Amino acid sequence: MTVIQKKSESTNPVAHLSPEEIERIGVELDAIRQSILDTRGEADAAYIRKVIDAQRKLELASRAVLLASVFPPAWVLGTAGLSVAKIIENMEIGHNVMHGQWDWMRDPKIHSTTWEWDNATPAEQWKHSHNELHHTYTNVIGKDNDLGYGIMRVDEDQRWIPMYLAQPLWNFINACFFEYGIAAYDLELGKNLASEKRRQSPEFKARYQQTLKKIRSQAKKDYVVHPLLSLPTGSLLPTLAANFTANLARNLWTHSVIMCGHFPEGVETFERSSIEGETRGDWYLRQMLGSANISGSKTMHFMTGNLSHQIEHHLFPDLPSNRYAEIAPQVQDVFQRYGLSYHVAPLPQQVASAWHKVVRLSLPNDFLSLTTVKNAPQQLKLLWAMTTKGPKVRRAAQARLTQQARRAKVAAA
Amino acid sequence: MTPVVLMRTSGGPDTFRSRTLRDRLVRVAEAAVTPLVPADVLDIFDPLRSGADLRGRIVSVTAETADSATILVKPGKDWAGHVPGQYLRVGVDVDGVRLWRTYSLTHGPRADRCISITIKAIPDGKVSNHLVRHAQAGQLLHLGQAEGDFVLSDPMPDKLLLVTAGSGVTPVIGMLRNLFSKAAPLATDIVLLHSALSRSEVIFGEELRRYAEEGRLRLVELHTDTDGMLDVADLDQIVPDLASRTTYACGPVGLLDALEAHHTERELPLHIERFRTAVVATGEDGQSGGSVTFAKSGITVEGDGSTPILDAAEAGGVLMPSGCRMGVCFGCVLPLREGVVRDLRNGALTVAAPGDGVAIQTCISAAAGACHIDH
Repeated sequence: MTVIQKKSESTNPVAHLSPEEIERIGVELDAIRQSILDTRGEADAAYIRKVIDAQRKLELASRAVLLASVFPPAWVLGTAGLSVAKIIENMEIGHNVMHGQWDWMRDPKIHSTTWEWDNATPAEQWKHSHNELHHTYTNVIGKDNDLGYGIMRVDEDQRWIPMYLAQPLWNFINACFFEYGIAAYDLELGKNLASEKRRQSPEFKARYQQTLKKIRSQAKKDYVVHPLLSLPTGSLLPTLAANFTANLARNLWTHSVIMCGHFPEGVETFERSSIEGETRGDWYLRQMLGSANISGSKTMHFMTGNLSHQIEHHLFPDLPSNRYAEIAPQVQDVFQRYGLSYHVAPLPQQVASAWHKVVRLSLPNDFLSLTTVKNAPQQLKLLWAMTTKGPKVRRAAQARLTQQARRAKVAAA
Repeated sequence: MTPVVLMRTSGGPDTFRSRTLRDRLVRVAEAAVTPLVPADVLDIFDPLRSGADLRGRIVSVTAETADSATILVKPGKDWAGHVPGQYLRVGVDVDGVRLWRTYSLTHGPRADRCISITIKAIPDGKVSNHLVRHAQAGQLLHLGQAEGDFVLSDPMPDKLLLVTAGSGVTPVIGMLRNLFSKAAPLATDIVLLHSALSRSEVIFGEELRRYAEEGRLRLVELHTDTDGMLDVADLDQIVPDLASRTTYACGPVGLLDALEAHHTERELPLHIERFRTAVVATGEDGQSGGSVTFAKSGITVEGDGSTPILDAAEAGGVLMPSGCRMGVCFGCVLPLREGVVRDLRNGALTVAAPGDGVAIQTCISAAAGACHIDH
C-alpha cells in the first residue's frame, strides 16, 4: 500500500471520479444522514438508557459475584461478566456518548461534555485526540496518530529502519495494555517528553497530572477497593486477578476492533497536502476509503460498540450507534454506484489482515512477498545485513528487493 | 454526575463520630464505583431517594377539558414543599429530548405529599401536548423546587379580587383549594373573575361553580366566544367595590399589561404572575441572525444568520473552545442559556428557554435570534 496520491492511474481507486461526482457523493450521504436525524427520537433514547441500565446492573452483579471468587465457578462467572460489562462500557456506551451521539437528548447525565469512562485516559483528553484529530484527519499520514499510534510503521513510504522489526511485539504489548497505550498517546508522550521545554510546559504538566489521577482512581477501584471488599471470604487475590483479567480481555478486544477499523489491507492512507482545500465531498470520500467494516451477528456488532460499522461511523460520527446497521446497505449502495470498494469481512479475517500488515511493514518493503520456504535462509541473511550493516547497505539491499519484486510482477503478468 | 453531599448539621461527639464513619463509607463507595459517583448507582434502584436530583413519578393523569389534564406527581424525598400560587420547572423527555417548562402547582400541600400540575395543550406546544396526551402513570419527570412570589400575603387581605384567563387559573386554583381545605372558616371575601373561550373550556369549571354555589366566592365567568375579551374599563361595573380589594391576576400578556396600567393609575394593590413563554424572533426569510452575548467575558457580537457562532465570536475577540469546525468532534460545545440557533447543515432550529443550558455546537450553529451563551 502507498498513500493514494502516489498511486498510478491504474491503481488509484478514485481516478475515475470527477469533482462533480465527488460532490454528488457528498449530497447523497448528507441525505442519508438527514433521514436518521428526522426519525431520531423516543425509541433511540430508550435504547441507550436500556443499555446503560443493563451495563451497570451487569457490572454490579459481576462485582458482587466476585466477592466470593475464591470459589472457581464464581470467579469464572464474575470475570466473564465484568469483562463484558467493561467492553460495553467502553465501546457501545463510552465511545459513542463521548462522540456526542446522544447529546441531542439534552440529558446532562448522558452527554459528551459530562461523561467519564472506565478507562485510564481522561474523557477530555481522549475526546481531543480521538474526535478532533483522528476523526478530522482520518488516515492522513503525520496528522492522524491513530495510524500506528506514532510508534509503528504503517506505510511503505515510511523509510524502514531495523527498529521496526520489533513492531509486532510492540503491537501485542500495546494490545494487552491498550488503555494505558491510549492514555500515553492522548498525552502525546513521545512528542512532549522529547524536549525540556515541552516537558516543563504548564499545559502538559496539568494534563499529565490529570491522567495520573485518573489512572490512580481506576487502579484503586480495580486493584485495591474491590479486592479488599472480597477479603472477608478470602477472595482478595482471586478478585484482584479477576479485575486484571477483565481489563486484559477488554484491552485485547478493543485493540482488535480498532485495528480492524483502519488497518486491514486495502484501506487507503493520504498525504498531508491532500486535505488542503478539501470539500465536504472530498472529506466524505476520504472517510469512505480510509475505513473498513466487520461483518457478523447482532451481538458482535453490539460488542464492538457498532464500530463494526466503522465506515458508517466515520461518515457520520455523531449519529446514534444503534442506527448504523440500518443505513449500512444505503451506504454500500453509494459505494457500488460510484465504483468504490466497501471493505467488509468477518472479525477473524479482518484481525488477521491487520496483523499481516503489521508484520509485513515491520520488514523491509517487498521482503515478505519475496520470501519463500526455499529462499528463507538467504533472505534471513539479507535481513541480518540490513539490520546490522548501516544505512548504505540497507539502501542497496532495498533497491535490489524493489527490483526483484518488479520483475516478479512482470513475470506473473 | 454530581458528588454526594452529606447533610448533617447538628453537633456533638456522637454525631461527629458517625459523620466521620459515614464520610469514610462514602469515600469507599466513591472509590468503588469511579468513574461513576455513588448517586449514579443508587439512581438505578431508587431515583426518588433523598440526595438524588429532584425527580417525581406520575401517579395519575386526569382530563380536565378536551385540551387540558391534571397530573398528580409523587415528588422525590428532597421536595422542599411549596406555597399555593408557586410554580415549578418540569423536565420531560419528549421524543427522547429533555425539554423543560414551568407549570403552576394546582394544590396546596397535601396529606399524601403529592403535588399536581394542570396543563393546557397549546397548538404546536411540544411539551404541553405530550403531557396532556401521552403522559402515563409510572413515568418519571424531572423537577425543580417550587419558585415564585405569586402567593397570598399573610395575613390575608380582607377582600380579594382574582382575575384569571385561560390556563391563568392554575396558580389561583391552588390558592383556593388550600384556603377551602382548612377547618377554620374563611374571613376573606373573594371575587373570581375568569375569562375563557367558552363554558366548556373553563379549566376546573365544575369545581369553581360548586365553590360559587356553596357561597365560598363570587364567580364571574366571561366566555369570550359570546362576551368578547375582558376590558379593564368594565372592571368597576363588574366589581363595584374594586377600590377596596387586593387584586391577584394571571393570564395572557395583553390582559396583564392592561391591568397593570389600570391599577397603577388608580394606585390599587396588584400582584401578577406572567407565564414565561419563550418569545423568539426566528426570522421570516430563515436567514436573519441576532446578537450573541457571552456571559463570562461580557462580550456581545452580532451573528448574521449564515455565519457560525464560533467564527463570529472569534472575530469579536472571544476565546472559544474549538475543534474540527465541521460539526464532527463536539469540541466547541457550549451551553445556550437563552435564545435560538440554526444548524447550518440542515436549517434545524434549537431553542433554549430562559434558564436552560442546551449544549450547542458553535461551529455549525448560527444565531437565529438573540442568544445568551454561558462562556
